[in-house]
Amino acid sequence: MKLSTLFTLVVALAVMAAPISASAAGKTLDIVKKRGHLRCQVGTPSGGFYNLDAKGNWYGLDVAVCQAVAAAIFGDKNKVEFQSVSSQARFTALANGESDLLSRTATWTMSRDTQLGLDFLTPNFYDGQGFTVLKSSGITSAFQLKGAKVCVTTGTTSELNLADFSRANNLNITAVTFEDWNVRDDTYLKGGCDAVSIDKSSLAANIISFPKPDDHMILPETISKEPLGPAVRQGDSQWANIVRWSEFAMINAEELGVTSANVDKMRASSKNVDVRRMLGVEGNLNEGLGLSKDWAYNIIKQVGNYGENYEKYIGSGKGALGIDRKGTLNELWTNGGLMYSPPMR
Amino acid sequence: MKPKEKFDFFHDERVRSVFYQALIAAAVGWFVWSLVSNTAQNLEARGMHTGFGFLNVAAGFDSSFKLISNEAGVGTYGRIFFIGALNTLYVSALAIILSTMLGFFIGVMRLSSNWLVSKVALAYVEIFRNTPLLIQIIFWYIGVFSLLPRVKSSIDLSGGAEVLLLNNRGLYMPWPIPGDLLWLTGVAASIAVIAVVAFRRWAKNRQDKTGQTYPTFIVSAALLILLPGVVYFMTGMPLDWDIPKLEGFNFVGGASLPPSFMALLFALTIYHASYTAEMVRAGILSVNKGQHEAAKSLGLSNNRSMSLVIIPQAMPAIIPPMISNCMTTIKNSSLAIAIGYPDLVSLFMQTSLNQAGYAIELVCMTMAFYMVVSLIISWLMNIYNKRVQLVER
Repeated sequence: MKLSTLFTLVVALAVMAAPISASAAGKTLDIVKKRGHLRCQVGTPSGGFYNLDAKGNWYGLDVAVCQAVAAAIFGDKNKVEFQSVSSQARFTALANGESDLLSRTATWTMSRDTQLGLDFLTPNFYDGQGFTVLKSSGITSAFQLKGAKVCVTTGTTSELNLADFSRANNLNITAVTFEDWNVRDDTYLKGGCDAVSIDKSSLAANIISFPKPDDHMILPETISKEPLGPAVRQGDSQWANIVRWSEFAMINAEELGVTSANVDKMRASSKNVDVRRMLGVEGNLNEGLGLSKDWAYNIIKQVGNYGENYEKYIGSGKGALGIDRKGTLNELWTNGGLMYSPPMR
Repeated sequence: MKPKEKFDFFHDERVRSVFYQALIAAAVGWFVWSLVSNTAQNLEARGMHTGFGFLNVAAGFDSSFKLISNEAGVGTYGRIFFIGALNTLYVSALAIILSTMLGFFIGVMRLSSNWLVSKVALAYVEIFRNTPLLIQIIFWYIGVFSLLPRVKSSIDLSGGAEVLLLNNRGLYMPWPIPGDLLWLTGVAASIAVIAVVAFRRWAKNRQDKTGQTYPTFIVSAALLILLPGVVYFMTGMPLDWDIPKLEGFNFVGGASLPPSFMALLFALTIYHASYTAEMVRAGILSVNKGQHEAAKSLGLSNNRSMSLVIIPQAMPAIIPPMISNCMTTIKNSSLAIAIGYPDLVSLFMQTSLNQAGYAIELVCMTMAFYMVVSLIISWLMNIYNKRVQLVER
């Protein structure tokens, strides 16, 4: 071996051994601005929250959060690169800097918030786990499921919730875990399981896909709290603020009656100081976020307020899940729900 | 006189080769170490917890099928790993044994001079070798075992005795509960096994010396059945059976195999048997035709020439591909996740990863498990391979 070859080898080794510090350095906002688009992580297509239309565009309630953040930063909701990641890799892909933001019906739990290097932000959907059974089975309450087999899907908190519920009530339920929900449903429909247990929002959508939806019913019990919301990497409060307040702007807009249709008129002529501050006519709310004055205006103009998006994707819209918002936790606080934005002032 | 070789440290070939080998080893070591330490450092910087401490933390869930007892909220993640590993080994060990037997059978069938028999074997091999295993697994699950009757109308395989029941939630069978004196039967069985081994050795020696054969099969079978049987009845049949009974939604008691287990076992057995069949066929064809003719001219029957002359010579060609077939069977069992059989990947890399996080540790442990098992199999099979290879003269 020549001396020069040896030298090359040593240099190569030195390069490899140098600490490979990824995008952890630098602020996420600067990185996103420099890149020119947002990298937003969603899951594999699923109705209501993140789904693909015929042209291959993403839409849904969680997709709207990504679009709102892009609108706030760039003034263009389309400057988003959607990353569809499997549920096993989702938190790692966010923590290692591949995604700027995760918005994919992830349940906010303490262990995830504190141990995975993530910060969960405000939930954009409050869900809870329930059961679907056959009406002909005679079961009317989840407490009658003693010794039953229940089909669940892996990659969610539903296995753990089911085990906890079974343990707390001495029900001795056996969970049969599937990777693929098609196989899970097939097993249930052929009698391999007595019930299916997933989040209630998914149960409603699931029953519609069965051959005879009227033969099945959702049991009244909700066995878990599932606050679903976006998450960001830990340690960048400015970035967390941008995502959090993009969500709050949508909720606040609904409360103040600002919609994508009337936002131009409101900005031009509203006398309400809350509206004027939010839309950047008065005050300097944008400065703390490092965004332009019309950040919230762009969100509402392009993406719409929370209520509009709920109706479009989850409520009564065409192709939506058909879950009535009335009386649920996802109502505005003024209507008895949990959707509440701190004041924007 | 030959001039004495001068030892020049810097230009000696042996020193050089040792030096460069050490250099390469150090470089590889350095690279691996820097990968590991960088990962650890970056995980630390992002506030992600690392380490294997979670293995001692109680897991909040339980496995639907397990060979050792476990309780949700008590059993640790370490125990979940163990349960998953056992489930993987259980289904793959059975699949390896059954697929080897079936594969040998099909492989010999394939060489049959009977047109129908050989074409049936050909069709079997071509169908199962040329379709993806995942699709076969899902077919056996959705297309066969899920279509069995529901619990209330189970099929009674024991002909009215209601002890062996099959429905779309699994195969339910009685499970023995050993009594006080059962160990005596165990002792008798061990003695019988030792006696059979000794007897076979004696019979072989006798045949080597005198050429006379002895009906070893009948004698060994009689020893194995009669000795423990007599002891069992003399001690008063110290064995009870736990029989499955319908209670509420399901059968309770006895032992059961879930449909996902059976579907996986069927699919793995049938798929890998088609590969084994081809290896067996190739092995047999590799034996010179003259060997078969020589055996015939000695007056050996077709069966005996196969088992005494052809197969022993075919083994050296069959064993090496069989090793990789065995290892593939174990690795393929991880497709169980598709139909809900709780194997290692399903329990550990899916559920545990989702509940506990620690993705890097969990994935490494799972990979290490498959690697260690594969290496052990390959080591054992190589020992066996060396033994059959020695037959060649």
